Amino acid sequence: MELTADKIKELVVKPENKVYTKTPLLTDKTLSYCPGCGHGVAHRILMELVEEMGLENDTIGIAPVGCSVLAYEFMNVDMQEAAHGRAPALATAIKRLWPNKFVFSYQGDGDLAAIGGNETLHTCNRGENITIIFINNGIYGMTGGQMAPTTIPGMRTSTSPYGRDVQMMGYPLKMTEIVAMLPGTYYVSRQAVYSAKHVRKAKKAIKKAIEAQLEGKGTSFVEIVSNCNSGWKMTPVKANQWLEENMLDYYHLGDIKVDGKLVKEIV
Amino acid sequence: MAKKVQGYIEIDKERCKGCELCVVACPKDIIRMSKDVNAKGYHYAEFFNPEPCVGCADCAVVCPDGVITVYRARIEV
Amino acid sequence: MGELRLMKGNEAFAEAVIRAGADGYFGYPITPQSEVIEYLMAEKPYERTGMVVLQAESELAAINMLYGGAGTGKKVVTSSSSPGISLMMEGISYMAGAELPCVLMNVQRGGPGLGTIQPSQSDYFQATKGGGHGDYRLLVLAPASVQEMSDFVPLAFDLAFKYRNPVMILSDGVIGQMMEKVELFDSIPRWTDEEVIEKNGDWATVGKRPGKERNIITSLDLDPYSMEKHNHDLFAKYQKMEEEEVRWEEINTEDAEYFIVAYGSASRISQKAIELARAEGIKVGLIRPITLYPYPYKVLQEKVEKGAKGFLTVELNMGQMIEDVKLAVKDNSKVEFFGHVGGVIPTPEEVVEALKTKIIGG
Repeated sequence: MELTADKIKELVVKPENKVYTKTPLLTDKTLSYCPGCGHGVAHRILMELVEEMGLENDTIGIAPVGCSVLAYEFMNVDMQEAAHGRAPALATAIKRLWPNKFVFSYQGDGDLAAIGGNETLHTCNRGENITIIFINNGIYGMTGGQMAPTTIPGMRTSTSPYGRDVQMMGYPLKMTEIVAMLPGTYYVSRQAVYSAKHVRKAKKAIKKAIEAQLEGKGTSFVEIVSNCNSGWKMTPVKANQWLEENMLDYYHLGDIKVDGKLVKEIV
Repeated sequence: MAKKVQGYIEIDKERCKGCELCVVACPKDIIRMSKDVNAKGYHYAEFFNPEPCVGCADCAVVCPDGVITVYRARIEV
Repeated sequence: MGELRLMKGNEAFAEAVIRAGADGYFGYPITPQSEVIEYLMAEKPYERTGMVVLQAESELAAINMLYGGAGTGKKVVTSSSSPGISLMMEGISYMAGAELPCVLMNVQRGGPGLGTIQPSQSDYFQATKGGGHGDYRLLVLAPASVQEMSDFVPLAFDLAFKYRNPVMILSDGVIGQMMEKVELFDSIPRWTDEEVIEKNGDWATVGKRPGKERNIITSLDLDPYSMEKHNHDLFAKYQKMEEEEVRWEEINTEDAEYFIVAYGSASRISQKAIELARAEGIKVGLIRPITLYPYPYKVLQEKVEKGAKGFLTVELNMGQMIEDVKLAVKDNSKVEFFGHVGGVIPTPEEVVEALKTKIIGG
């Protein structure tokens, strides 16, 4: 029997053989993100976990201000859109008022590390039993590619057009390492989504974060080092290469705090 | 007759934004960008050679827009 | 008769919050209202009723905790004083935009800037005309006694949920700090989770209910026509408030030729001024707006139609409510202002003198 493309399709494309498709916990709306943007992957693995862990009816998510301001349009669960940087404050109250719900905030680097730095620190320091998903692409995407607190030294943005000069503009802020130092955090990890291997790892990390919350352990925090093709002015494929070659030297991947204990030397 | 693991993917071409990440992710190099464009004007991803596909789902896992559905079965050859 | 206690205004408010069945208080200490959170922390409402009390890291965090909490469909409340309320304005605008119920207490102090910790009524514009960005209104209640610091709490929650709108109780440092006898109302049980879902499950973040649409709380709408419609819908709601929720009190107005218009602590002083003026034979009455938004314009207009000879507004500011009095009276009668600022409290004698010089003799 010769295996033509049509024959393979006929033999394989059957409902019982489906091994991967978009979770129904993502709506059918076209994502507002640029082609190749890591936000879409991060949204998907988070919602896959909500589905797989049976949390669809017990999840409340907080969308930030920034590129993912419309996350509530795509994540098909109860959602609230926060004021810029204040998602952890919203999450704090929601979790305290609905202690049996899974409550997460989904925030970018400007939202979480700049304008919302204080809320991030204090929420983690109180050990609020919530999960924070932090997308770090080193730039302000929504407003057109300006410097973020997380922009790495030398990186060009529209407000650091000659590259980030740390003497003049300060150093990139490693919020994830900072929150890992706080006694309120239970699980802190930095992941990436630029390859299939990394996406699968990131999903495992987010699962651990969710489990920590369900067990009432305190704040769980997962950073995802991501790309910004438009802001970085690269093709998606080039951007992912650049991320791997440049961002990861500064933002080391892996778990930083597990079961409430630091598992990595913080540098 | 021998058995083999055969994969197959379906790409929702109208929702594809042509980022090419699936092309890079595919270990079998059996996805390419189409010459045609979809209604949004993107050159969409095209599954052009099913035979080597093992249904590893790497393409779907990296797809930011969730446009790839993956099938996998053991078939007789 | 309910339980009688001698309490500070701030304490009466805090006790009323617990008794009103509130689910969460989120606040940050600031003079002259820190007794609110101190009372709540000492009283342990989390043991009495299950209510959450949390000291936030800032007013920004507190108001956004309120925003999140209000989104859950539960009863949430915060309190602050003028500079803190300024910090909260962004979150208040979001709540007005997202149509969320909540209760906000402002125990006003003098400004601008860090100003003074002394009493003031200089946040009238901020409270009644918006305050934050965008076109919106808060429903504003002005207590004039420790009793009303208590009574207005359940009223504020009722109005907040009736209209799905933030309600501000605009008090001041005099009312917050003074001690009076207060008759406390009987406790209203907190809603059970099931009751919250039944009452507010159609809009609140209660967790997606099987077979029903999920809920989204947002103030964002990028479609101009849809955003315009949202603004119109908000204003239809405010129109309804203007028709149904105007509250005021009149004292000695039946035969009055002159009127003092004052709210909150200024109305207490004015009440004494009226006694003094009446003793001198001046026919003056007091109109005390209880809702500052919606404002009792019609009440004032009726006095004008009946031949009022003049209105003196008395405020602890440079003259803010006088603009609303002028909107009502127009050029059909005399409208003048008297007040002090910076924490200086007008005396009843000064008010009588102002009445004589600015309205009667002026």
